[in-house]
Amino acid sequence: MKTAIAERIEDKLYQNRYLVDSGRPHIKVRPHQSPSPSLLALTRVCPANCYELNESGQVEVTPDGCMECGTCRVLCEASGYIEWNYPRGGFGILFKFG
Amino acid sequence: MTHKNFDAIVVGAGMSGNAAAYTMARRGLRVLQLERGEYAGSKNVQGAIMYANMLETIIPDFRNDAPLERHLVEQRFWIMDDTSHTGMHYRSDDFNELSPNRYTIIRAQFDKWFSRKVREAGGTILCETTATELARDSGGKVIGVHTDRAGDVIQADVVVLAEGVNGLLGTRAGLRETPKPENVALAVKEMHFLPEEVIAERFGITGDEGCVIEAAGTISRGMPGLGFLYTNRESISLGIGCLVSGLAATMEKPYDLLDGFKRHPSVRPLIAGSEVKEYAAHLIPEGGFKAIPQLFGDGWVVVGDAAQLNNAVHREGSNLAMVSGRMAGESISLIKSRGKPMTKQNLSLYKAMLDKSFVMQDLRKYKDMPSLLHTNSRSFFMTYPQLISHAAKNFLRVDGTPKIEMEKATTAAFIKARSRWGLLSDAVRLAFAWR
Ligand SMILES: Cc1cc2nc3c(=O)[nH]c(=O)nc-3n(C[C@H](O)[C@H](O)[C@H](O)COP(=O)(O)OP(=O)(O)OC[C@H]3O[C@@H](n4cnc5c(N)ncnc54)[C@H](O)[C@@H]3O)c2cc1C
Ligand code: SF4
Repeated sequence: MKTAIAERIEDKLYQNRYLVDSGRPHIKVRPHQSPSPSLLALTRVCPANCYELNESGQVEVTPDGCMECGTCRVLCEASGYIEWNYPRGGFGILFKFG
Repeated sequence: MTHKNFDAIVVGAGMSGNAAAYTMARRGLRVLQLERGEYAGSKNVQGAIMYANMLETIIPDFRNDAPLERHLVEQRFWIMDDTSHTGMHYRSDDFNELSPNRYTIIRAQFDKWFSRKVREAGGTILCETTATELARDSGGKVIGVHTDRAGDVIQADVVVLAEGVNGLLGTRAGLRETPKPENVALAVKEMHFLPEEVIAERFGITGDEGCVIEAAGTISRGMPGLGFLYTNRESISLGIGCLVSGLAATMEKPYDLLDGFKRHPSVRPLIAGSEVKEYAAHLIPEGGFKAIPQLFGDGWVVVGDAAQLNNAVHREGSNLAMVSGRMAGESISLIKSRGKPMTKQNLSLYKAMLDKSFVMQDLRKYKDMPSLLHTNSRSFFMTYPQLISHAAKNFLRVDGTPKIEMEKATTAAFIKARSRWGLLSDAVRLAFAWR
């Protein structure tokens, strides 16, 4: 079931246009032992599924498919668990319709 | 970038930023507008219904060349449970007027057009440029911005923060707070393409006519939320939004909610066979009047979504953004023409104009709505929709049960679910919040 959903979200993101700023991720997760509840929530709440648990139980972010909505910022930035910036001008999501 | 001094810098080329930049450029101010996207609109998401009056005040003949999709003649509101919807439709031929009142638009195209108008009016627009920080003098007055382009601070007498709901500049500078999870909704949206004739036939519309559907109920799984389906000429914008606090509490996945809405038996036939060409996500300010931050200060004003000027009850945001942008532009132009400095005191003119307009009056009217829907979300988005559906079904089903028994069953179901006291208090609180 999980993989079916994961495939579907990838298919969705595949429709979109991105200009990825390679090697300069605009969102970072602070190193942690075990994730806080709000950090854990990002693995479900991010509409682009950018956050995932790695094998040793930490939350990782891969912001390539990010739509720059800011949901993760609103939930987690204040706690210091993530560092959030806009991509450099021109990079990131490029909506064709919006 | 040279050290040329500008009268005003506008950060953002969305609805509010374009309105502000256009207003000032038309009045002869030297305006620099910064937009982080490749082109104006490339970062923006809307439903999208655009209200003509507010644009007309800024660009009276916009209908000549603005990219408009359909003008709306019909609005449907659906209360949904898992298998049914109970609806209210309003349709009127009066909306087929010479200068229609509401249109659907596609933001990437619309913003590009609006941005062209700013350029034609004499504004300088720098795309692919993210403003990274506000520059202030030793007294704390905002004097310009830093950008991610090489070069020094770009200076201006005043900075208009039109950076949208997730604006970093104003929050980082401590001019306002980052939105709280309970004050913003996350909306996910898809663009479904279908031939024009198919859309016309499925929605019972002809020519440029359009129809919109707003839907609430079990589709948001007990969270405060709303689904929408708007007809464009050759596409349907379909989406669902829920409060971020609700998503974090339930751990529901936004795209699962979207898929659930699409699979609903009332929605599925309307989009059958469509080709999806984009999936988008964006926040919507929902905090209303109580979440509005300080709107002006020494050398700066904030407009649109960045200032939480969004009427969630009526799904209006773009028009409030346009009005606030225009008023910021007008007040700055007026202060400039009087040869006065852009101090906090002088810029309070912007707030005074806004207070007199429908923007603040509407937001004040619904000031208690966000907290009501937030604290009672399960009743409003789960229990009542299910009860309403049962009541409608009982009313319509003919199976030999006497009508009086059906009515009793309906009443009993409402009381069982919410108790007499609960029903009464919900009704009273709703009435007061709506008043
Ligand atoms: C799904 C959805 C449906 C909606 N439906 C409707 C509707 O039907 N009708 C309606 O009236 N409203 C609707 N709204 C609300 C409406 O979209 C907003 O109220 C409106 O877009 C706000 O305009 P704005 O100019 O304040 O912000 P935005 O349109 O968000 O523009 C902000 C701009 O600033 C730029 N920017 C941000 N930071 C920087 C920076 N640091 N440097 C440079 N540029 C920057 C962004 O790239 C963007 O272009 C909807 C919103 C959503 C998300
Ligand atoms: S900004 Fe939105 S899309 Fe991007 S990682 Fe955060 S939640 Fe996901």
